Amino acid sequence: MANVWALARREVQSYFASPVAYVVLALFIFLYGYFFSDYLFVFLERSMGRGGFGGPAETLNLNQDLIRWLFHTTSVVLLFLVPMLTMRAFAEEIRSGTIELLLTSPLTDFQIVLGKFLGVLFLYASMLALTFLHMTILFFFGDPEWKPLLVGYLGMLLLGSAFISFGLVFSSLTRNQIVAGFLTFATFLFLWLIEYAESWAGAASGIVTYLSVTKHLEEFAKGVVDSRDLVYYLTFIGLGLFLSKASLESLRWRG
Amino acid sequence: MIEVSGITKEFGRVTAVSGLTFSVAKGEVLGFLGPNGAGKTTTMRILTGFIPATRGTAVVAGHDILSQPLEAKRKIGYLPENPPLYPEMTVFDYLEFVARIKGVPRARRRTRVDESLEKCSLADVRDNLAGKLSKGYRQRLGLAQALVHEPEVLILDEPTAGLDPKQINETRALIRSLGHDHTVVLSTHILPEVVMTCDRVVILNQGSVVAQGTTQSLIDQFRQAEELQVVVEGPEPEVLRTLRAQDGVFTAEPLRRDGDTVTYRLSVAPGGDVRRQLASSIVRAGHGLLGLHQEGMTLEEVYLRVVSSEEPREGV
Repeated sequence: MANVWALARREVQSYFASPVAYVVLALFIFLYGYFFSDYLFVFLERSMGRGGFGGPAETLNLNQDLIRWLFHTTSVVLLFLVPMLTMRAFAEEIRSGTIELLLTSPLTDFQIVLGKFLGVLFLYASMLALTFLHMTILFFFGDPEWKPLLVGYLGMLLLGSAFISFGLVFSSLTRNQIVAGFLTFATFLFLWLIEYAESWAGAASGIVTYLSVTKHLEEFAKGVVDSRDLVYYLTFIGLGLFLSKASLESLRWRG
Repeated sequence: MIEVSGITKEFGRVTAVSGLTFSVAKGEVLGFLGPNGAGKTTTMRILTGFIPATRGTAVVAGHDILSQPLEAKRKIGYLPENPPLYPEMTVFDYLEFVARIKGVPRARRRTRVDESLEKCSLADVRDNLAGKLSKGYRQRLGLAQALVHEPEVLILDEPTAGLDPKQINETRALIRSLGHDHTVVLSTHILPEVVMTCDRVVILNQGSVVAQGTTQSLIDQFRQAEELQVVVEGPEPEVLRTLRAQDGVFTAEPLRRDGDTVTYRLSVAPGGDVRRQLASSIVRAGHGLLGLHQEGMTLEEVYLRVVSSEEPREGV
């Protein structure tokens, strides 16, 4: 386990030694800030009765009418940002030849994948942690419930882990970061869009929408832990890690 | 310390290494000598567990590299052709990281990193970024990285490639000194390097062992190896076949052509004169033997002859 930490730590350090981490964090905080203020503004107008149709003041709940939608929008933002975090993970090691150091060290292939995964996950988690600032504002001026909020963050963490594990698969398939990033993004986009397949998929719509990666965040965002969603994400993560390991193994055969 | 038997590596339809067998004793410095593309890097990658062999086994420090990879890898230090450096890390951090993933216990880590820095004369650049180092320093950091976990076996792929003459000398001296505590396998395409640094040599060409032995015995053998020039009248491919079939002839290749008459250059086994048998086989095959004379060869010439003999010559 000690060597897994060593790998994860090096991964995090290398992100912060390059502009990647800063660019992604800045972009994220900018987009999140935009949506936060926008949603907050709508929330305030509605609660004061100045909503779209000038109706009466509504009794709104911070958790259900603001935070929930914020989580949902953030998941779409992540669709674009996570590929930037994962694309270099293996591709850069393959390109520069440092993969040879890792694969000839007393590490199992799974330990290498796990080290990478934890490294990127740490970066992702620190990105999420930046949004605690916005939540603090809500706690300061309002009184949201903290339990559903926590569940929402758990959902975000699971969603991110699922994204990352698949990003690693694509990163280990190529020595070209751009190709890795693009493939990852295309896959995520597909997994997001099949959420809307309900309308045309007919009898299979249940199955198809179950596959949608962002759909499963909905219950978490409401503050509900549904075992179906939990199983979905854990399976997704497990599959991603397994495929990354298999791809890493195949690197040895591909030579 | 290293036992390799019958290693073969195929990439699709290309055979990079075929049926390699050799062994290295503890404390020995073994050199792989051969031209580019002879299979040196592939062999080293198999030994270090980077790629698996298609057939055959490799046992390093008592552990089979395929069935006990972790135990074997713990005892191997490996310098690939290009030092595997992370440009954004400092020299010290990099070595500390390598020590961690190689499983050096926390208590020994600091000492080991310092010792490797010392041994490879890197102490003055310990806080520099690896990506900003000159070629010579990068190579030395690559060596330090291979040493940091005190491996029993060191595998160095072209450790002196791309260095200037002064650095080459320093590196060779360093490798010689490492030979006291470690078993070393290094690869090179430079003959004098082998003579200067290695106890034993394996000469590879086109994926097979062409010759192996102690450096001294090979030198003696090479010194005695001789070159014959024969002038034969007859169809070239057939004559070549006759010449190559002769016992004691290593290589045969056309040198000059004059109509149907071709001068061939042969390198022949040391000791024992093959001229008599050679003359009679040529005549028996129905070709006209017009001339036959013997020349001494230098070490360098024999090496070049040995490693270039298998190239297709027909239709040149």
